[in-house]
Amino acid sequence: MTMVVFDIVLFVAAVLLIIGLRKLSHPDSASRGNSLAAIALALGVLVAIFYPLQTQNNNYLYIGLGVLIGGIIGVVSAKKVAMTEMPEMVSLFNGFGGLSAGLISLVWLINNGSSGTASDLGVVLFNLFLGLLAFSGSIIAYGKLSGKLKDEHLKIPFSTAVNIILLLVNLGAIFYFAYVGVLSTLHLSLFLVFSLLYGVVFVAPIGGADMPVVISSLNSLTGITAAVSGIITDNKLMLLGGVLVGSSGIILTLLMCKAMNRPLLSVIFGNFSSAKGSENQVQGNAKEVTPADLAVQLAYSQRVCVVPGYGMAVAQAQKIVKEVEELLDEKDVEFKYAIHPVAGRMPGHMNVLLAEANVSYDKLLDLDDANSYLDTTDVAIIVGANDVVNPSALDDPSSKIYGMPILNLAKTKNVVVLKRSMNPGYAGIQNPLFFKDNTKMLFGDAKKSIEVILRELKEV
Amino acid sequence: MDTIITFIEQNIEIIYLLTFAIFLGFEVISKIPTVLHTPLMSGSNAISGVVLIGAILLIRVTESTNYLALILATLGIILGTINLVGGFAVTGRMLEMFNKKKNKKK
Repeated sequence: MTMVVFDIVLFVAAVLLIIGLRKLSHPDSASRGNSLAAIALALGVLVAIFYPLQTQNNNYLYIGLGVLIGGIIGVVSAKKVAMTEMPEMVSLFNGFGGLSAGLISLVWLINNGSSGTASDLGVVLFNLFLGLLAFSGSIIAYGKLSGKLKDEHLKIPFSTAVNIILLLVNLGAIFYFAYVGVLSTLHLSLFLVFSLLYGVVFVAPIGGADMPVVISSLNSLTGITAAVSGIITDNKLMLLGGVLVGSSGIILTLLMCKAMNRPLLSVIFGNFSSAKGSENQVQGNAKEVTPADLAVQLAYSQRVCVVPGYGMAVAQAQKIVKEVEELLDEKDVEFKYAIHPVAGRMPGHMNVLLAEANVSYDKLLDLDDANSYLDTTDVAIIVGANDVVNPSALDDPSSKIYGMPILNLAKTKNVVVLKRSMNPGYAGIQNPLFFKDNTKMLFGDAKKSIEVILRELKEV
Repeated sequence: MDTIITFIEQNIEIIYLLTFAIFLGFEVISKIPTVLHTPLMSGSNAISGVVLIGAILLIRVTESTNYLALILATLGIILGTINLVGGFAVTGRMLEMFNKKKNKKK
């Protein structure tokens, strides 16, 4: 009788999870969706704790301790993290989920003496591989996003070949050990090392601008490993939840790839960041503008548009940009933001940043709307964006980003680029936009530059 | 070959569920506006914290004297809980930020 009750609760949880995810993908209901999904999983956890099992071991002390410690760490870090650190936080959480799935496989192996039927052992090893890969990959991504790891420290020679060989070794090992039916501690340790290594090789060569793709694909991987863990422990809610995460992650990954006009495989094997082509030799004289001149220009414009990029996140300039928006609002200058889908380091990065600064929805323009707006804009201010406004994507077939949809500033009357120096962007590509007649540069830290502009604006 | 056949026979229910769930996932999240990319990602990231359930189920059947397994499983529970609780908390915070603004507009 009690069994049926538990099964029904688990079924209700599964339905709630689907409804929650559905609501999460609509702006009006997203908040409720998040709560519903959380309730669904809480129900699932309660069932897992109290479901009648054959054994009397239970080990409730360990479970309680684990949930308590994990819960405290989770809540505190979620409360403390600044909105600007969101990308690295998400990849860290994601890595933890992956490692947890890997540990499930490991405990299964210990409990079963590292042997089992071919299908059991195959699934468990596959899950171990996926979980550890998601873990080490996410940790590398975390390091890159938080600036603790620099791209140039992560150069792996022949990375494409190494990637493929390691993948084949790992998959081969899974089939071999599943066939043999047992694996020794040495073999297991080697398998652990190779799985972790693959995650590093998978993420290390993929550079800055491709980070949104990396994060969403790692997210998807953790989902898949959660689903496989569900098969191992025979839990339908895990299977369902994992698959939903896996497929939503794939959708997001493909969306990001589409926004860059590059196939997924080219992102993974592309080594985009390390490549340096001969095309970089665009030369010319970049003209500078003073903050005072710019302030005057802004005050007498009709339409102003800010194009934010990762540089805005680095300089923490979103709040000060919002102040400029308010000031120009008083002067009846129309002020919008042009958001490129892959601006920043995770999907939707700029939206989160600007939301934090209380910029309202209707000021944000997506790619198509932004491009028609930019055609009639008086002044466009580029705050820390580079590759997403590079006209080479439109007119230079030899360029690596050729074909990528960009924010097109060709018809914009005046373009001002806030930038630290003339260094090319993350993609390592020189930007001909900087040398155009109607483009002016304002060198220095974006936040400080805008502070000066703001002060000048108040005096105009 | 025999292994594959037995695997399919034993798990046919799972295979059905898996296939339907994949389609369901694609359908549920097909048209997602740019504003929600990050919340959806961190929300789905939180959902992958379901691995916690697996860690709990496994530790319950682990021998109470097998300390290696107990420690690893407890670590799995801790990490899974961080992913789950932290993920939902962060997503909630983010969505609150979006909502706050909408209320102001009204």
